[in-house]
Amino acid sequence: MKFGVIVFPGSNCDHDAYHVISKHVGQPVDFIWHRDTDLSSYDAVIIPGGFSYGDYLRAGALASFSPVMTSVKKFAAQDKLVLGICNGFQILCEAGLLPGALIRNRELHFVCEHVNVRVESTDTPFTHELQRGQVLKMPIAHAEGNYVCDETTFTELSRENRIIFRYCDAHGQATDETNVNGSRDNIAGICSPGRNVMGLMPHPERACEDALGSSDGRGLFHSLVGALAAAA
Amino acid sequence: MKAKVYVTLKNSVLDPQGKAIKHSVELLGYQGVSDIRQGKYFEIALDGGLTEDDARQEATRMAREVLSNPIIEDFRVEIEK
Repeated sequence: MKFGVIVFPGSNCDHDAYHVISKHVGQPVDFIWHRDTDLSSYDAVIIPGGFSYGDYLRAGALASFSPVMTSVKKFAAQDKLVLGICNGFQILCEAGLLPGALIRNRELHFVCEHVNVRVESTDTPFTHELQRGQVLKMPIAHAEGNYVCDETTFTELSRENRIIFRYCDAHGQATDETNVNGSRDNIAGICSPGRNVMGLMPHPERACEDALGSSDGRGLFHSLVGALAAAA
Repeated sequence: MKAKVYVTLKNSVLDPQGKAIKHSVELLGYQGVSDIRQGKYFEIALDGGLTEDDARQEATRMAREVLSNPIIEDFRVEIEK
């Protein structure tokens, strides 16, 4: 199985994602420049965190118009796996691969800290090896992570069990105090109707080594590899 | 010819930046400010050969597809000859 990490001008977690896939997951992985359009050799694509195009216009907006994103849309339409982390989540929303939008944090600050998120659904290729209700500690680092969507979208996400992570405390309680950025209903991550595209604001790729404060992110990548192995 | 595009957050979307600006304005003693919403303004220089209608159409398409995110924002287009 082969992974691709997409690189935009301004991506800065591309090497972290590459490191985790090659070192912890032990799978082949390539960087894919945003002008490349051939994704045919990949089984899963990661859109990493960072500040693509300096967050000009809207976070993730200009990256969503990059040539590679047309290919990512086709890739996703073939039920292949796409994971967007932080800026990657913003790009997926701007590209219309995930519903809703990520706007400026409620308190306006850039928030850079470890937070807890609760696993809300294990029915995705990215979370099937986790437990529902499990609390994961992962870092966040963003100024635009405040998830908004209209009523219809929210109802759909809830009904289809597509809210995958919620900000919570260490015991798994999701309250307004644990809502680090003001996201609707504490949403930290969602998936597409086909469940093969997932976006989340926390950084699992920066939480794969105890030396970095948490290794809770590994479960996501192991799930991903497990899903690909099962499909092969 | 010039197109002017104004992009504003939808009323249903909270604008934390606007709120912070309003707070500062009030600290300075300005009276009677009930709300401030922050938006974006674009000036687009268009080819002089375009008719006004074509210019409006192109600018509107640009505003819808690129300059605004219809999920959270509205826009308004003006054409200046």
